[in-house]
Amino acid sequence: MRTEHLSRFDFASAAVDPELFLETAGSRLNAGGRAIAYFAVPDNGIFRLVLAVAFDREGRLEVYSAPASGSFRSLTPSFPELHLFEREIYETSGLKPEGHPWLKPIRFNTPGSVPGVTEYFTVHGSQVHEVAVGPVHAGVIEPGHFRFQCHGERVFHLEIMLGYQHRGVEARLSAGPDARSIHYAETLAGDTSIGHAWAYCGAVEALAGVNVPPRAQALRGLMLELERLANHTGDLGALAGDVAYLPTASFCGRLRGDFLNMTALVCGNRFGRNMLKPGGVNFDLDFALIKELKLRLDNTYRDVENAVSLLWETGSVTDRLEETGVVSKEVAEGLGIVGPAARASGVGLDTRRNFPYGPYEDFTMSVSGSGDVYSRAYVRWLEIQKSVELVGGWLDALPEGPIETECGPLAPGSAAVSLIEGWRGQICHFALTGADGRFRHYKVVDPSFHNWQALAMALRGGEISDFPLCNKSFNLSYCGRDL
Amino acid sequence: MEIVKPLTQYLAALLLAPLLPGIINRVKAFFAGRRGQPVLQLYYDLYKLLQKAPVYSRTTTWVFRAGPVIGLAAILTSLAVLPFAGRPSFLAFDGDFIFLLYLLGLARFATVLAALDTGSAFEGMGASREMQFAVFAEPAFFLGLAALARVTGQTSLAGMFGVLTGDLWRTAAPVLALLTASFFIVLLAENSRVPADDPNTHLELTMIHEVMVLDHSGPELAYILYGAALKLWFFGALIACMVLPRHSGSWAGDTGLFLLAMAGVAAAVGVVESVIARLRLIKVPYMLITAFAFSTLALIFQMGR
Repeated sequence: MRTEHLSRFDFASAAVDPELFLETAGSRLNAGGRAIAYFAVPDNGIFRLVLAVAFDREGRLEVYSAPASGSFRSLTPSFPELHLFEREIYETSGLKPEGHPWLKPIRFNTPGSVPGVTEYFTVHGSQVHEVAVGPVHAGVIEPGHFRFQCHGERVFHLEIMLGYQHRGVEARLSAGPDARSIHYAETLAGDTSIGHAWAYCGAVEALAGVNVPPRAQALRGLMLELERLANHTGDLGALAGDVAYLPTASFCGRLRGDFLNMTALVCGNRFGRNMLKPGGVNFDLDFALIKELKLRLDNTYRDVENAVSLLWETGSVTDRLEETGVVSKEVAEGLGIVGPAARASGVGLDTRRNFPYGPYEDFTMSVSGSGDVYSRAYVRWLEIQKSVELVGGWLDALPEGPIETECGPLAPGSAAVSLIEGWRGQICHFALTGADGRFRHYKVVDPSFHNWQALAMALRGGEISDFPLCNKSFNLSYCGRDL
Repeated sequence: MEIVKPLTQYLAALLLAPLLPGIINRVKAFFAGRRGQPVLQLYYDLYKLLQKAPVYSRTTTWVFRAGPVIGLAAILTSLAVLPFAGRPSFLAFDGDFIFLLYLLGLARFATVLAALDTGSAFEGMGASREMQFAVFAEPAFFLGLAALARVTGQTSLAGMFGVLTGDLWRTAAPVLALLTASFFIVLLAENSRVPADDPNTHLELTMIHEVMVLDHSGPELAYILYGAALKLWFFGALIACMVLPRHSGSWAGDTGLFLLAMAGVAAAVGVVESVIARLRLIKVPYMLITAFAFSTLALIFQMGR
C-alpha cells in the first residue's frame, strides 16, 4: 500500500494476502525499493509481519503487512539489507526465517542468553590469527565486541557483535504515549537527541492529525542542523586525532563544544533535550538571542573552516584518508546503508531531499564520493557548509507565529511512518495505535542499524591498523542499534 | 679528578632525561592552543608508579618481569658509553659504537620477549611490528655510525665527536648533514614518535611500542617510561653532538650549549609531531629506508671525498 511519511494511514489497509506478502516484498525491493523497517507485531496470539519500503528516487513509501506464524521464507539471500531485520524478527518473535544464512542473536534479549555468548566466524590455517577487541575498550566509548580474522596486518573479515547496550526502550515506547515517551526518544541515541525526538514527534503528530506551525518547524530544523554541525565537526576532529594530526584534532574538539553551547543557549541543554514536544517546541528565540546566535555561528564557522581546511591541505593527512576503508556503491546499496556514509559511496539518499518535510521543502544538495574514509570525511565538510547556510537562513528569516499547537488524542487503529535525516543518516520511527488510541507497537530504526555491517565490509582486505580510522569515519551508535 | 666530570655528566643525563618528553608535550600543546601538562609531569608519574605494587597476569612468567629490568639496564649502560657534550664518558673504549648497537638490540629483544610472554593478541601484534621496523631502523643507524667513524677516522664515539669540529663541518658538510638527518629519522622511529608511531593514542590496534607494554604496571612501568626517556636522551645527545661541533674548551660552557641543543632537539620533535600526521603503518618502512639511503649516501660521499 502506498503512503506518505509523516501522515496517518489505516493500518488495516496495509494488509496483503499472506501468500502474496513475500512475493510482493521481493518484487518491490527488486523494483528499486529499500527496506526501512521490517518487524513483527503481536496479533491475536500470532504475529503480523510489517515491511516498509522506501523508493528514494521517487520519494515514495509503501507499507505491507501479513499474518505469520511458525516460520516464513527468508529474503536475505536475495536482499542482504534484510539480514539484520530478519535476525531481529527471529529473536523478538520466534518466527523463523527459513533459509537465512545465520540467525545469530543481535541483542541477546531472550531469556537465558548472555551478551556476546554465541557462535562466531572462525579462521583456520597456518599463520592466520584472530584479534579480539572489546567489549570493554580503552577509551570512554560504548561497549561492543570486534573480532578480526587476520593474516599478519591484513584483515580477512571483521565480525562485529553488539547487544551490550540493550535497554528495552522500544518496549517502553510501545507502552506509551505518556509523559516519559518523548524523553525516551531523546535518549535513543545520546548524540541524536533532536533527530530521534523529531522522529517521535512526527509520528505522534501524524497519528493525531496535527499540523505543526511554521515557526516551530524552522526552530526544529535549526536545532537539527546545530546537532549535525556539532557531530560532524567533532568527527572531523576525531579523524584528525586518529591519524595523529594535532591542530585539527584539538581545534575541532573545542568547536564542537561551541555548537553544543549554541544549542544550550536555545533550550538550556547542550544536546537539545527538552526542546521538542509533540505539537511544536518548548523554547522560542527572541531578537537578542537571534543576534547572539548569528554572531556565534559566524565566528565558529570561520574557525571550523580554518581547522578543517588544514585536513585537505596536508599531504600526510590525505594520504592516510584516501583509499582507506572503501565501501563500494554496490555494497552500500546492497546493505541499504544511509546517511553521510551512503552518500560518500555515491548513493543519492538524503531524507531532506528525497522525502522533504517541515522546513526542508526547498532543500537541494547532492554529494558523492568514492566510498573511502576521505569521502566520508569530505561529505561531512560539505554538509557542515550546507547546515551553516540553512541555520543562517532560518535565523535571518524566522517565520512569525506560534511555536506550538495543541496535540490531541491519537487516531485508533492507525499507523504512521516518520523519516528524519539525523546527522548519522535516516531515522525511521514506525508507530501503530490500537483500538484504544494508545500505541500498539513502536518500532525504531536508527541509521546505525543499517550501517554497522558496512563498517565490517570497509575493513575487508584492509589493514587492521586502519580500523580505528574506518570506525571513526562511520562513528556509529551502539545504543541506537541495541535500543 | 678525571672521574668526577664523567660521573657528573652521567648523573646529569639520568636526572635530566625525563625533561625531554615534557618539552615535547609543551611544544605540542602550544601548537594545539592549549597550556599543556607540566614540564615535570614525567617525574611525577615516575614517583607515583614507583610507589605502586605491580600486578601480574597469571599467564606470565619470569620473562615478563625481566623485560623492563633488562631494558632499563641496557639503556643505562649505553648512556655510560655515550659522549656528553662531545666529551668522553667513563666507559668509552675503541669500537664502542658496535657495543652500543647491541645494547639497544638487547633492550628491544627483552621488551619483545616480555610482550610475547603475555600471550595477548595485541602485544604479539606490537612485537611483530616492532621487529619488522627494527629490521629497517638498525641498519640505517649502524651504517650511519660506520660512516661517521669513516669521516672522523675514529672507532669510539668519544673519539668521533672529539675530532668533529667546525673545520670538519666545512669540509664534509654534505656527509654530516645527511648523517644528522638519518639519525633524526631513526630517533623518531626508535622512540615511537609521530610519524612512525603515535605516543598519545589509546587505540591498541594502531600502536607499535605502546601496545607491547600494556600489561606492565607499577615500578616496572616506571622502568619502561624512564627507559624510554633515556633512549630519547641517547638519540637526542647523538644529534646534539653532531650539530654542535665547536668545543670552547670550557667544560661548563660546552655543557650549557649541549643542554640547549638537547632542548632544541626535543622542540624539533614536538614541531614534527604538531605539523604532520602519522604515516600509514605499511609506509613506515619507506621512511626508515630513507634514513638508510641517507646513511649509505653519506658513506659513498665519504669514500669519494
